[in-house]
Amino acid sequence: MPPAGEAMPLSVEGLSHAFGARKVLDGVGLGVGRGDFTVLLGLNGAGKSTLFALITRLYHSNSGRIVVFGHDIRAEPQAALARMGVVFQQPTLDLDLTVEQNLYYHAALHGISQRAVRARVGAELARVNLADRRRDKVRQLSGGQRRRVELARALLHEPSLLLLDEPTVGLDIESRQFLLEHVRLLCRERGLGVLWATHLIDEAGAEAKVVVLHRGRVLAAGDVPAILAQTGAETLKSAFDRLTRAGSEAA
Amino acid sequence: MSPAQYALCLNGVVRREALRWLGQRGRFVSALVRPLVWLAIFAAGFHFVLGVSIIPPYETYVPYEVYIAPGLLAMIQLFNGMQSSLSMVYDREMGSMRSLMIAPFPRWFLLLAKLLAGVAVSVVQAYIFLVIAWFWDITPPYAGYIFVLPALVLGGLMLGALGLVLSSFIKQLENFAGVMNFVIFPMFFTSSALYPLWRVQEANQTLYWICQANPFTHATELIRFALYGEFNAVSAAVVAGYTLVFMALAVLGYDPGRGLLARRAGAE
Repeated sequence: MPPAGEAMPLSVEGLSHAFGARKVLDGVGLGVGRGDFTVLLGLNGAGKSTLFALITRLYHSNSGRIVVFGHDIRAEPQAALARMGVVFQQPTLDLDLTVEQNLYYHAALHGISQRAVRARVGAELARVNLADRRRDKVRQLSGGQRRRVELARALLHEPSLLLLDEPTVGLDIESRQFLLEHVRLLCRERGLGVLWATHLIDEAGAEAKVVVLHRGRVLAAGDVPAILAQTGAETLKSAFDRLTRAGSEAA
Repeated sequence: MSPAQYALCLNGVVRREALRWLGQRGRFVSALVRPLVWLAIFAAGFHFVLGVSIIPPYETYVPYEVYIAPGLLAMIQLFNGMQSSLSMVYDREMGSMRSLMIAPFPRWFLLLAKLLAGVAVSVVQAYIFLVIAWFWDITPPYAGYIFVLPALVLGGLMLGALGLVLSSFIKQLENFAGVMNFVIFPMFFTSSALYPLWRVQEANQTLYWICQANPFTHATELIRFALYGEFNAVSAAVVAGYTLVFMALAVLGYDPGRGLLARRAGAE
């Protein structure tokens, strides 16, 4: 487990949450360092979306701590949220607005004027190959293109921590690949800390840090070789299978 | 965040609401057609059945369509308040709610911005209705068109805040039809929008008190009096009071420590 350094993009300690009697997260701890591409790996129902909801302060956890660049999400929510870019699992673009109207709206939500952000809108859209669709309504875009707009939007206010909750759901292979490579590039180039939640094991490349979440508990965390060594498996897939099977039996 | 950034955020939220309203032709048209249908059909039908005797703020007998026009203005705001808040919950819209809630501003401010955005749209709709109604011989004094503005803003705030409360506390209202049946129609029919309350009082005392307690009655009366250049202090006080209560409940409902978001997630 990475140490909970104060200046880390994201540090989660002892996080537990229950909906009524149903415990969804149980003592979860994890960290995302600068430039880390961290894959949160878990099956459906593992607690990934709840973890995201807590990190983005949709609601508070029953216990535990979430710290973003030294700012506790409960004590200094605005300082923490200002450093965060988020791509949610559900689509959140306004379909009847144009691409740039969506992006300007997002900038306003971060207290940034249209004039100040105009150039950045162009640059971020160009990075995801959508510069020529700037004035099109989102409704006219394909699913993959919409996701790319959401990524551009999440980066508009230049966050240092990027959270993506199952961002590739429903995308074709090409769009998925594009998104993955683009985000990995951001980690390398901008030193962005990334938490990428998925149930698709192959989205964790060789250089990724991996956190295996199963039934609300972290079963393993570290880089891929470390997890392979811990489980004695040859591939991440079989390591994941062993961990979750053991986790299920223990539970 | 500086005051200028708060202003930018508010401006952005209002702008989005306006763009969405213009972009969704269906919503735009139905918001206007609904009260006009009431005016054209309902009022025309009752024109000869119901005359309205001289009651304040009217100085003469008024035709029925003149009587119900303020109620229809309030109805525009009621629909709008329900739609702009509850639309956040329906139709995959929870996502857009989430993108609002993660903005680095205090949550009460984000809710207020959302509320003001809805009010701005509903006030524009109300004025468009007034222009069309003018051709129906609903011709309040010119000053009334100015005096009605603060009444529409206050009424819009109250009904929008009510929408926010419902969106945060009620899980069962799964679609807009439910809201129509259990919120909009009961509020509309137990108010002074369609008939003067003295008539209700003659018929049934209990119903009369229900109508008196109904916030929608007071939104309607506030608008009615303002439209004829008069200030209804009781209604203004009641509407302001309800607005504060609904706002407080909405902030509570969207508080990360309790309320809607956690419970809704838990129900999934």
